[in-house]
Amino acid sequence: MAHPLIDLVHISKAYDGATVLDDLSLSVKENTFVTLLGPSGCGKTTTLRIIGGFERPDAGTVIFDGQDITSLPPNKRQLNTVFQKYALFTHMTIAENIAFGLKIKNKPKSYIDDKIKYALKLVNLDGFENRSVASLSGGQQQRIAIARAIVNEPRVLLLDEPLGALDLKLRQDMQYELIRLKNELGITFIYVTHDQEEALTMSDTIVVMNQGYIQQMGSPEQIYNEPENAFVADFIGESNIVPGVMLRDELVEIFGAKFPCVDKGFGVNRPVDVVIRPEDIDLVEPEKGTLTGVCTHLIFKGVHYEMEVTTPDGFEWLVHSTDLCPVGKTVGIHVDPFDIQIMNKPESEDEEAVGVNE
Amino acid sequence: MNKKATKWLAGPYILWMIGFTVIPLAMIFLYGLTAADGSFTLENVAAIATPEHRKSLFLALGLSLASTVICLVMAYPLAMILRRRNVGRGSFILFIFILPMWMNFLLRTMAWQTLLEKNGVINGILTALHLPSIAVINTPWAIILGMVYNFLPFMVLPIYNVLVKIDDDVINAAKDLGANDFQTITKILLPLSVPGIISGINMVFVPALTTFVISNLLGGSKILLIGNVIEQEFTRGSNWHLGSGLSLVLMAFILVSMAFMAKYDKDGEGTAF
Repeated sequence: MAHPLIDLVHISKAYDGATVLDDLSLSVKENTFVTLLGPSGCGKTTTLRIIGGFERPDAGTVIFDGQDITSLPPNKRQLNTVFQKYALFTHMTIAENIAFGLKIKNKPKSYIDDKIKYALKLVNLDGFENRSVASLSGGQQQRIAIARAIVNEPRVLLLDEPLGALDLKLRQDMQYELIRLKNELGITFIYVTHDQEEALTMSDTIVVMNQGYIQQMGSPEQIYNEPENAFVADFIGESNIVPGVMLRDELVEIFGAKFPCVDKGFGVNRPVDVVIRPEDIDLVEPEKGTLTGVCTHLIFKGVHYEMEVTTPDGFEWLVHSTDLCPVGKTVGIHVDPFDIQIMNKPESEDEEAVGVNE
Repeated sequence: MNKKATKWLAGPYILWMIGFTVIPLAMIFLYGLTAADGSFTLENVAAIATPEHRKSLFLALGLSLASTVICLVMAYPLAMILRRRNVGRGSFILFIFILPMWMNFLLRTMAWQTLLEKNGVINGILTALHLPSIAVINTPWAIILGMVYNFLPFMVLPIYNVLVKIDDDVINAAKDLGANDFQTITKILLPLSVPGIISGINMVFVPALTTFVISNLLGGSKILLIGNVIEQEFTRGSNWHLGSGLSLVLMAFILVSMAFMAKYDKDGEGTAF
């Protein structure tokens, strides 16, 4: 039974009067891979540093396994951190780096030696014991930083954009490595990134943050398929966000055309935001489409074509398809009911302010 | 600009080096290794072994060593405090700290003379407060004070320079792995700042060892450091051969010190400026 291991309760934090986190509450269950995702400055790293103990919240409580650890220094917490720029100790060998935490805890030498061997094997760097930090590549240094953290058998591993400095290929390899590590170790990972693809690939739960607020929390599928607001829809993947009117349950009007959908409970004649992913738009013969438009843009992207279809109201629909539609051709737009995601319009100015930064 | 023309730009500096470093150094060797009649001799160098010269050398070594240790003990915590400040405020404190260095060295040392004199400023204040007056001037303590005062910035800067380069997250990582504040300093910060410490030791020890101005002004005429002995051989004794010979001995100490620095500070990380 998974119970909440970490509870952040009404956390607020400001630097020099600028609010970074505003009344943030978050529960993390044991043995899950949780990703804090958002643009730079959204407060995700600050949240991680508060959990790690490197920052004190101005208000609020940090609960770890039922204990209030808000004012506990980092060296007394049962969690370890993997830092963005590795933060290895350059005056020590690889083995000494990994042994650091265990030596501090006065573990016997044979235990430490076994642990070093085990950790190096786990991160696929057997035999690196006596190498110097400077002789390692960025990816290898990151693996050592992970090894150095996990030998201490933390209950939670905090990772602050650990793959940010690596090149694309290495980053993808490391994503699979991290999923494997998480499964082998059976501990909780809290991962910070601004890369939505990384978050979707690795996480059990994604927490989308912006301007100090949690925008949405859920599984990768939920976040991608059912974004709760325009920020999430726009930040995760590409999307068409169009104004619409919910005529009644399961029917929405967009630019004067009626689209059947599966959403209910929004009331009658209510203005809403509608999200339609570019890959969910089917281009059909003009007379078969719910809306018609003219293809105004075409780019070959490798896996698919990226097209823009402009409808008479002037909106440019982004369409991804493996079928080509030449520029200038009139086409019909058709969307399956379950591919239409309805969102409430922002209610207050506060929510409106939560815009898109990137 | 072509390569040949660029080469010529170094000309003035090369001339300067030859005129004011290479030739004088060669002359020191020439004088130090010859007698008054021009014949080769090691006597001028061996003269360091006479009791009075040996005493001056040991006194100079002792006082400069003591000053170096005091500078280190004072500079390290100061450099740590400077490191912890945010950039703007840190550099202002650094500016305040370096400000006296722009004033003339002689002037600063003479100011201490005025302060420490028997009827000087400090004793004046002490007497006014009905406290016993102090007799520091013309003792080795006054020389140490002068050395520490003048050379402290040369210890702070190289240590500060290596400390600011240490990423905050390296310190956070140590704490994250269970190290308390004391362990973080002894196991992480101190080892990582060794290049700066070695460089600082050199920059204090070498000028302190060879000084004669500080000992002249604050030590009176009775305390002779090796620097004073050499100075007197050149100015009063007019025995340039003996003065050069003793200089060569002192130079050996400096070279050892520099070799030590080169070994521990390969990347020039700890250089002060």
